Amino acid sequence: MAVAERQLDMASQAAARPAWTAVLHDWVTSADHKKIGIMYILMGTVFLVIAGAQALVMRWQLVYARHDFVSPDVFNQLFTMHGTTMVFFVGMPMIIGMANYVVPLQIGARDMAFPRLNALGFWLTLFGGLLVYFSYATGGAPALGWFAYSPLTTKTFARSAATDFWALGLIVSGFGTIAAGVNFVATIVTMRAPGMTFRKIPFYPWTILWTSVQILIAIPPLTAALIMVMFDRQLGAHFFDPQNNGSAVLWQHLFWFFGHPEVYILILPIFGIVSEVIPVFSRKVLFGYEFMAAATMAIAFISLGVWAHHMFVIGMSRTLDMYFAVASLLVSIPTGIKFFNWLATMYGGRISMDSPMLFCMGFLAMFLIGGLTGIMLALAPFDFQLSDSYFVVGHFHWVLIGGTLFGLFAGFHYWYPKATGRMLSERMAKWQFWLLLIGFFLTFGPMHISGMLGMPRRIFTYEADRGWELWNQISTIGAFIQAPSYVIFVWNLVWSLRHGRPAGDDPWDAYTLEWATTSPPPAYNFDQLPVVHSRRPLWDAKHPDDPDWQYE
Amino acid sequence: MDGLVLLANSAAQADPTSIFEPASPPAESIRTLAILVFVIALFIFFVVEFILFYSIWRFRRRKQAGGADQAGGDPTAEPPQVYGSKPIEVAWTAAPALIVFVLVLVAARTLWEVKPDVPTPSPGDNALYVTAIGHQWWWEFHYTSYNGEPLDFITANELHVPVGDDGTPRPVYLTLLSADVIHSFWVPRLAGKLDLIPGVTNTLWFQTTEPGLYLGQCAEYCGTQHAGMLLRVYVDTPDDFETWLANQRKPAVDDPAVAEGKAAFLSESCINCHRVRGTPAAGTYAPDLTHLMSRETLASGLVPNDRENLRKWINNPHDIKEGCLMPAFGLSPEKLDLIVDYLATLK
Repeated sequence: MAVAERQLDMASQAAARPAWTAVLHDWVTSADHKKIGIMYILMGTVFLVIAGAQALVMRWQLVYARHDFVSPDVFNQLFTMHGTTMVFFVGMPMIIGMANYVVPLQIGARDMAFPRLNALGFWLTLFGGLLVYFSYATGGAPALGWFAYSPLTTKTFARSAATDFWALGLIVSGFGTIAAGVNFVATIVTMRAPGMTFRKIPFYPWTILWTSVQILIAIPPLTAALIMVMFDRQLGAHFFDPQNNGSAVLWQHLFWFFGHPEVYILILPIFGIVSEVIPVFSRKVLFGYEFMAAATMAIAFISLGVWAHHMFVIGMSRTLDMYFAVASLLVSIPTGIKFFNWLATMYGGRISMDSPMLFCMGFLAMFLIGGLTGIMLALAPFDFQLSDSYFVVGHFHWVLIGGTLFGLFAGFHYWYPKATGRMLSERMAKWQFWLLLIGFFLTFGPMHISGMLGMPRRIFTYEADRGWELWNQISTIGAFIQAPSYVIFVWNLVWSLRHGRPAGDDPWDAYTLEWATTSPPPAYNFDQLPVVHSRRPLWDAKHPDDPDWQYE
Repeated sequence: MDGLVLLANSAAQADPTSIFEPASPPAESIRTLAILVFVIALFIFFVVEFILFYSIWRFRRRKQAGGADQAGGDPTAEPPQVYGSKPIEVAWTAAPALIVFVLVLVAARTLWEVKPDVPTPSPGDNALYVTAIGHQWWWEFHYTSYNGEPLDFITANELHVPVGDDGTPRPVYLTLLSADVIHSFWVPRLAGKLDLIPGVTNTLWFQTTEPGLYLGQCAEYCGTQHAGMLLRVYVDTPDDFETWLANQRKPAVDDPAVAEGKAAFLSESCINCHRVRGTPAAGTYAPDLTHLMSRETLASGLVPNDRENLRKWINNPHDIKEGCLMPAFGLSPEKLDLIVDYLATLK
């Protein structure tokens, strides 16, 4: 009797607070899309802090002309790892993680189509990242730049095994990304709730579908090209070795055939997030859904044919220059359509500036500028001056931070209550937003100017007589203003987990299915699979007198 | 007038590598395109940002006393739901399409202006042909033809070209090659950049109207000292250029006063990599030193070419250019002095 009581007592204690090993075991063996999504995001956050620290070291090195803070080799390793990390181990995991969490909920599914493949994808991505960082164990990271132009990757110019670890890491994480892409396509095509035809799918899963199509088209060529690099380095092949009739330009084509869709892989999901948040916080339906949906497809397809605009300075024929300039400019048309539709959604609405909307507005204001500088870079002759200059560095940070990161923060602030049952602190969110915005402007704005004043990218130092020092100093100040905003964000995530206001099921009075279940949702997501009649099932439920499906 | 010119010159010196201070037709064409695009971009920027901020302000949710919003209605009521409009969508598809169309036309015109067909050298063409070869981390310039007359000498890091007179343009055609990895030739005031790719032959064109020094540097990441691969283009008057050419075409000065230094130089491994025309030193891996002292800088533009820097460089190049491919040979101070004495005569 006493023994049984004690056992009962222990059992109830264990239920109240399971041992950390049990929690850990639960997470690492989980095939639940929500846990995997959160692990992706945690991974992205850790790598964000690492790559952010690398950026601060680089900014400090560039604060004075001929400053001697780090050696040239260390600097070259820093920008290689910063770029590789941000693209493959921050941007992609955060985007895939968020989609992992949200997409099954939004389409009314119980999980992804292949839960175990989903777990495999995450762990491959994580171990790929660790493998890339293992290169430091060889005495130093690779110093290639994130696009690693051959023949810098051949044994002649990269003698240590760092380059091999870099390539292997990207091959491994690439398989993880492909797994995620396959899974999203299968999930979105086959597992939508009853009644949710393709024309009634919420906008975010729609963008994830096309992002996944891009992943499936773009990542395999990169993986193949990296395997070719490994063949060159380990088996004496000569794919990219000009000394033996290999081609240095071939690598650029293969890499950018991946690399340009990649930037849309990093922005299409953001278009999806923004298209969810703006209607909810404007209290309106998304304006021109069909045109938005078509524009998404147009961007996904056109962006497969624009890769060589990264290569205008290799000396292509005028015909090819023109083709890639025109194709690149065409992308601006569907992007413009999206922009105007977002503005039309806000117009006539009742806009509340809660943190998700605030970050969306930051996104709109900033991404526009990144788009306009993109038009400049797409014009081949103008690109002859701008390519490989700091203007390009300014441009793509404008798009990736002003676009991707602001959009991701909008998503974090929007869905955090769903994932945790707690609201994030609005006060911290506002501090984060304004510090990020101001710091971001100061960091990347001057880069456009120093680029037009002739400063090439990837230089560890510069001459005092070029007139670049002031602009670099403003950039460095901006970087140190930005830095605390990320600390506030991470702290907000941690603090609100305990102290945030309880969120309830539907704190934003939103429209889509994820808000129909509890916060956080149970492992099986929904007690009963919901039946859907329109793109805004919760609007229909809240306005039975005036449901959406009458108008769609 | 003079004041204006002076102002222009000092402005040019303040931003010696600005793409908005063109001094050659291709750079000028690109600036014209750039200004047009900036005007269009600014217009779009102001229109869209205005609509954005106006919407945020005009349609913000307002709470007033009594709970009624500013329209006087029920604060919980939803605004009218507008699902879309086909005519509006067509309109804002057409507008960007029109802008793209105009941009394409202008870009095409500029492209054909800055990338002309390259003629072959012919007598009386006033054209200079130079083969520029990128090395980690310096530039080799092989002069091949001027005004139809074949040339055959090699120099490094400092490119001399003749200025065009009124009515006599003196175009410069650079054949771009690479000995190792990819580099990029970029002197922003003269032309857009063009890559030097191993296994590929590219040709860059520019022509100048103002004598002077034009700065630039390698623009494609090429390894450790990418930042230390600076470029100097000297645009000389035709007379100065002819004088410079005549000097460069001569073999190296052979001053008997430094015979001991010359012997020291030739006895060391310097000659495995460097060439001094007219001596057994015939290396091709490193800069040609035949007329070393006709150059103003050392280490691809990093330091002034004076005796002190030359000595410092030979003693340990990595003190000036960390990671460069020339090793420190551990020469004795005496031998160092002898070699510097000799090199200092190579005018």
